[in-house]
Amino acid sequence: MIHSLFLINSAGDIFLEKHWKSVVGRSVCDYFFEAQEKAGEPENVPPVISTPHHYLINIFRDRIFFVSVIQTEVPPLFVIEFLHRVAETFQDYFGECSESTIKDNVVIVYELLEEMLDNGFPLATESNILKELIKPPTILRSMVNTITGSSNVGATLPTGQLSTIPWRRAGVKYTNNEAYFDAIEEIDAIIDKSGSTVCAEIQGVIDACVKLTGMPDLTLSFMNPRLLDDVSFHPCVRFKRWESERVLSFIPPDGSFRLMSYHVSAQNLVAIPIYVKQNISFFESGSSGRLDITLGPKQTMGKQVEGLTVTMHMPKVLLSVNLTATQGTHKFDPVTKVLVWDIGKLNPQKLPNLKGSLSVQSGAPKPEENPTLNIDFKIQQLAISGLKVSRLDMYGEKYKPFKGVKYITKAGRFQVRT
Amino acid sequence: MNPMQKLLQLPVGAVNMVKSVQSQVQGQANEEAKSPVLTPDGGQQTWYSAVQPDELRHLRADRESGEEKGFLEEGVGTVQSQPLRHDDLKEMLDSNKDSLKLEAMKRIVAMIARGKNASELFPAVVKNVACKNIEVKKLVYVYLVRYAEEQQDLALLSISTFQRGLKDPNQLIRASALRVLSSIRVTIIVPIMMLAIKEAASDMSPYVRKTAAHAIPKLYSLDPDQKDQLIEVIEKLLADKTTLVAGSVVMAFEEVCPERIDLIHKNYRKLCNLLIDVEEWGQVVIINMLTRYARTQFLNPNINESLLEEGCEKAFYGSDDEDESKEESADAEVSTVAKRKPYVMDPDHRLLLRNTKPLLQSRNAAVVMAVAQLYFHLAPKAEVGVIAKALVRLMRSHSEVQYVVLQNVATMTIKRRGMFEPYLKSFYIRSTDPTQIKVLKLEVLTNLANETNISTILREFQTYIKSMDKDFVAATIQAIGRCATNIGEVRDTCLNGLVQLLSNRDELVVAESVVVIKKLLQMQPEQHSEIIKHMAKLTDNIQVPMARASILWLIGEYCEHVPKIAPDVLRKMAKTFTNEEDIVKLQIINLAAKLYLTNSKQTKLLTQYVLNLAKYDQNYDIRDRARFIRQLIVPMDKGGALSKYAKKLFLALKPAPVLESPFKDRDHFQLGSLSHLLNAKAGAYQELPDWPEVAPDPSVRNVEVPEWTKCSSRDKRKDKKVEKPFYSDSEGESGPTESADSGSDSQSDSESRSGSSEGSGSGSESEDSEEDEASDSEGLEEAPKGRKIVKSKMKTSASDSAASDESGGEERNVRPKPKHGKRSESEEEEEEESESESSESESESEQESESETDVKRKKKVSTASAPSKQTKKTNVEKKETVEKKEMSLLDLDDFLSTPVESTTPQVTPVNSVLSNSLVTDLEGLSLTDSMMSAVNITSSNSVKMYELLHRIKGEGLAVEYCFSRQPFSLDMHMIAVQIHFTNNTSSEVKNLHVEEPKLQSGMRMKEFQEIDVLPPSATVTAVMGIDFCDSTQAANFQLCTHTRKFFVSIQPPVGELMMPVFMTENEFKKEQGKLMGMNEISEKLVLGEMCRNDLAIVQRVTSAANIGRVPCGSDKECRFAGKTVTSGSLVLVTVLTKEGGATQLTVNCEKMVIGTMLVKDILQALSQ
Repeated sequence: MIHSLFLINSAGDIFLEKHWKSVVGRSVCDYFFEAQEKAGEPENVPPVISTPHHYLINIFRDRIFFVSVIQTEVPPLFVIEFLHRVAETFQDYFGECSESTIKDNVVIVYELLEEMLDNGFPLATESNILKELIKPPTILRSMVNTITGSSNVGATLPTGQLSTIPWRRAGVKYTNNEAYFDAIEEIDAIIDKSGSTVCAEIQGVIDACVKLTGMPDLTLSFMNPRLLDDVSFHPCVRFKRWESERVLSFIPPDGSFRLMSYHVSAQNLVAIPIYVKQNISFFESGSSGRLDITLGPKQTMGKQVEGLTVTMHMPKVLLSVNLTATQGTHKFDPVTKVLVWDIGKLNPQKLPNLKGSLSVQSGAPKPEENPTLNIDFKIQQLAISGLKVSRLDMYGEKYKPFKGVKYITKAGRFQVRT
Repeated sequence: MNPMQKLLQLPVGAVNMVKSVQSQVQGQANEEAKSPVLTPDGGQQTWYSAVQPDELRHLRADRESGEEKGFLEEGVGTVQSQPLRHDDLKEMLDSNKDSLKLEAMKRIVAMIARGKNASELFPAVVKNVACKNIEVKKLVYVYLVRYAEEQQDLALLSISTFQRGLKDPNQLIRASALRVLSSIRVTIIVPIMMLAIKEAASDMSPYVRKTAAHAIPKLYSLDPDQKDQLIEVIEKLLADKTTLVAGSVVMAFEEVCPERIDLIHKNYRKLCNLLIDVEEWGQVVIINMLTRYARTQFLNPNINESLLEEGCEKAFYGSDDEDESKEESADAEVSTVAKRKPYVMDPDHRLLLRNTKPLLQSRNAAVVMAVAQLYFHLAPKAEVGVIAKALVRLMRSHSEVQYVVLQNVATMTIKRRGMFEPYLKSFYIRSTDPTQIKVLKLEVLTNLANETNISTILREFQTYIKSMDKDFVAATIQAIGRCATNIGEVRDTCLNGLVQLLSNRDELVVAESVVVIKKLLQMQPEQHSEIIKHMAKLTDNIQVPMARASILWLIGEYCEHVPKIAPDVLRKMAKTFTNEEDIVKLQIINLAAKLYLTNSKQTKLLTQYVLNLAKYDQNYDIRDRARFIRQLIVPMDKGGALSKYAKKLFLALKPAPVLESPFKDRDHFQLGSLSHLLNAKAGAYQELPDWPEVAPDPSVRNVEVPEWTKCSSRDKRKDKKVEKPFYSDSEGESGPTESADSGSDSQSDSESRSGSSEGSGSGSESEDSEEDEASDSEGLEEAPKGRKIVKSKMKTSASDSAASDESGGEERNVRPKPKHGKRSESEEEEEEESESESSESESESEQESESETDVKRKKKVSTASAPSKQTKKTNVEKKETVEKKEMSLLDLDDFLSTPVESTTPQVTPVNSVLSNSLVTDLEGLSLTDSMMSAVNITSSNSVKMYELLHRIKGEGLAVEYCFSRQPFSLDMHMIAVQIHFTNNTSSEVKNLHVEEPKLQSGMRMKEFQEIDVLPPSATVTAVMGIDFCDSTQAANFQLCTHTRKFFVSIQPPVGELMMPVFMTENEFKKEQGKLMGMNEISEKLVLGEMCRNDLAIVQRVTSAANIGRVPCGSDKECRFAGKTVTSGSLVLVTVLTKEGGATQLTVNCEKMVIGTMLVKDILQALSQ
């Protein structure tokens, strides 16, 4: 399936290549560069590029292009999903997935790629199995390795590959047994000029960090599972129990993983925690404009809105800004034309306001569209959909684990049209 | 000694293996002592059983000298430092220290990774294949797999190591050895590989068998001649019952022999049942394969509908009259259908659908997509809908995933539009989306557009047109063009919008709009003149050359439709000819030629003049064209042979371009495939077969006791590993079964059999439960609806009591008689009632359209209720028209004075109904849009119509307005006023527009777009925005037609000057606390019987003022909040009910005047 993989940085250098079948020359990437040039922006590069002898399926992630070479028919999503899994594995191993970390750990990267694919077909993609095979680098381990000459390659047999529960490694042992669940909800919304909601929905995930000894069998139940309209699960979740009882029953992987993601039904109206009053205008003459933005809390359910940031992609003709903010800092990058206003906490008594003038390239026509406001925020201790975990039970092991649930609401793709 | 060592090696390895399996045996203690940090390090060494280094030493001696020579020769050509470094590496590899070897290997691998050639090092590396250090060994494998192909002879040295590994007692070592062995692409070892694969295929360990399956395609690509033997192996492995093997072997099947569909028969049911437990990548492959399989083995579940292809589109989420139409068409087809057996789904087909459905919940996008395509290609129409939700979910994923999903959704929406309609908003475009995603979303939106949602979609498009991303704007314009061609109702609106875009500054936008306008005009030749005239006017203002040229082309092309204007345009152009751009000049010449041919009397001289100007132009293209055209059109003495065909040449009918989706007809490719994405057949793509006419024998899938199980029982004895099946809970407790792998045949067989026999039964069962669930989950949403129903019931009872008066009204003879009369005595009340009633059922009908699935279910429950509902609906519509009439009936005499009216009373109502339904659609939108939470009952939809211009006064033009309570999109401080124009005359009313607004200071007005033509007895709705500056002062202006001007005024009721605000109870109390004293106005009243309940109060208050309800703990109190539109001052309303209907109404508002007026209005509304 996947013939070869090239990693290309944003400057267009191929800094890693790996072949699972016969070697495919680097020149195949020229087609990719061509497409890249045509597309302009990196995210506009078509994910599938057809060349005379091959197909290139690529993803753009963390400023790196993962370009895979395909020769025959294969579902494109199969490859795309796999490439993202590769990137996630790198992130999991090295803390971040960047050119420098990949170059620093090139041997581990190569070993990982070797294990993840066999003849181009995915073999081991579960992080639990991979970590059994190849240990992630830590400072301590690399020090020990240099001194003792021992290696990163796991020494135990990767029994995970044999088990019917491939996501959990065997013989896990902890002194503190703990299971943490984070319910993170993101609000995707488009707010129009007048402040009314064009569309809004809630996307949530439950990320878990489970460190439990042995083979615990967990059951997580919700107060109001009917809220969840559409769900997708980690393979460990028993689907039948969910269908019949609406509880999540699973033997967890060891460590951090995404237990489920869900969508709260679109029929439910979504509470929008903040409102924006904005007035952005460009004058027909005099090559200038005015900007006045005020944010305020709307439906915050009595919680504090934090980490408030407003990002605006300003028109290309904008030269500079002269703004004053009553709260937080603002920054305008004259190259990318991005204005970021980092507000921080939202104080309902004293609403943050950003006001001032914009100067436009003289002679240029006045921009037709006002920039869209992309808003980012976070509300701790609140799941905006009202989802609540009611209990977590553990079977199969004798000890008593420590359990914790945390709720966070965030802005997802939250845009205000102006 | 060497043989001794070798002998000893195996047992040691075995011991170590046992250790690691048992994992915590005391032996480890020693190991741990050695390496305190790395836990069980030592037990490992042997799991790649080793070749003794000595063995290679002989080989090395002579090889190395020879190699070095060759290497030096090569080295001359390359960079000088390179041989040096390689020597260095070689030395390290030869050393005895593992750490040095490791370091060397790491550097070599880094070289490979960077794409540097490291092939010279092959001999030095390959001898380390026997190295004891695991990491070194692994890196050597990496190197070997990379370079073995280039150095086949040397690679053979490593083979014996792997061959030994194949015999290792540890399954993981066996698997690993097979994996590397099969990855070495050396033709010579094909027989060895074949043997190894065959052996591994009957290995007791499923993991080794999996590896064998992986090795099959490798061998096949190395030597395709082995196909027959490999198929045998595949056949054997397909019979395997473990989840571990299933995915891999199907992958091998797909690569080696996808055409041998017969191999699947016996394994079909097993694969279906195993599917959910197979690892995700395997699932994708299996599902795709099974889709093809099912296409060859089962009958088309939509066979009956596919006969009436057109009808079935509606049949799925159809309208109410669907049943009728279906019956009708069914009648037509009855002969064909009758001959056909009624379709019964094969239980195996059902099994597949049932077992794949849960996988829609997979976290893996590829799996979800695979299931989606399976459902799209295989499921009965009614069941395909389930995939929509999952696909929409994928849209949240990475942009590449979005891209692929959108492509597929685009294809699906062409065939099954209804499926995605409920998710329309998920396809709205964000400014941060990459352009390619935007364009695809547009495509989907365009495909989803229909009569009911087009207004919303067009409103979205309006936002997009202003985008900074010009490619996207161009795509939007094209999308508008396509909407306009598909949906006749909006064609004019779209055209008008596009015409306006012609004045855009951006050339791309203008060019694109001109192209689209051109296409639209070509499609509808009869309506040309108006727009062409309009465009002709634009030539004065538009400077973009491309646009000017296009307009001139249009005028030339359709000069016969605008006989008066065309010559005039030419005259103007002739004047400015010398200053025009070249493309414009060319089109001027073109126009002149066409006019000369059609209207030579008027334009002869002009054409001559233009041609003369062109003759001396600086550009030779223009000179050439002028010369050419002169020859062609001007009759000469010599008489060019072509000149008599000139008219045919120039005025040939150009074919109207077809505006259709680029995704049309893509569904002949299997969805989700690469070929579908590229719209071209990719290598090794397997065509999706057509459904068979007659189902092949289903008994082929019956499973006899397979031979294979005999050896599995042997496996059972050997392999002591206890595996618990994970998913099947019921079996899980049944103790140490030897996994599905060797679970006793009889059991699993009977299981699968029972599974299939259950097929139909449990299938329907699950459906049932699904339905229950669905209805359950909708319980919440239905709550408000339920309330509404209660409300409407109340109404009916109320009006029933009054129904005795039914036959009373004297005016009823003139209007179409409503069959289920709900009449009440006083006209006022009647009006009000029918109004709210109609609005209610309107909202009902709108809900219907919103959740059509709902309707469907209802329909299922009682088809009988459908017609009754329908009649009800029509009644409502009629009622509306009645209400309309009532207004005009107030003065009966002028009704009589226009006899035309009474003879054609239906015409106007029909139109008004249509437009009204559009209006309600719009309202429905705002309803769901608005930020109210479900707790709040939003303002009831009853919209009061006010008269702006009476029919008599307006000489046949009747104008009404209402406050639609939607935010006015262009300016948030304005109130949207919806204006309905009805033309009651028999001639067209043209150029409806607003002039000379006389406004109080501070007030502003945004006029509606000029309405070009209002045909006789048509109704048009326009929206204008007025900023009343928070006062109830009237906005005066002139309403102008092409002949007359009318002075009119709009005066807002105080309740319309505000808009709802969302608040919590606490916020409300806090704000109320701030607005005490002078700002608080209270009034006492006694409520009538009718409105002592919450709902009635809410309804009445919200109908009087545009405010939203605030949640409240006590049921004695109703709270509402709003703010004035212009200044945003808060308006808080509290209605506190006490015993016996005594009520206190409190209004808190900063603006006292508004507060006082509002109290009055609400009082009136409540006491009615």
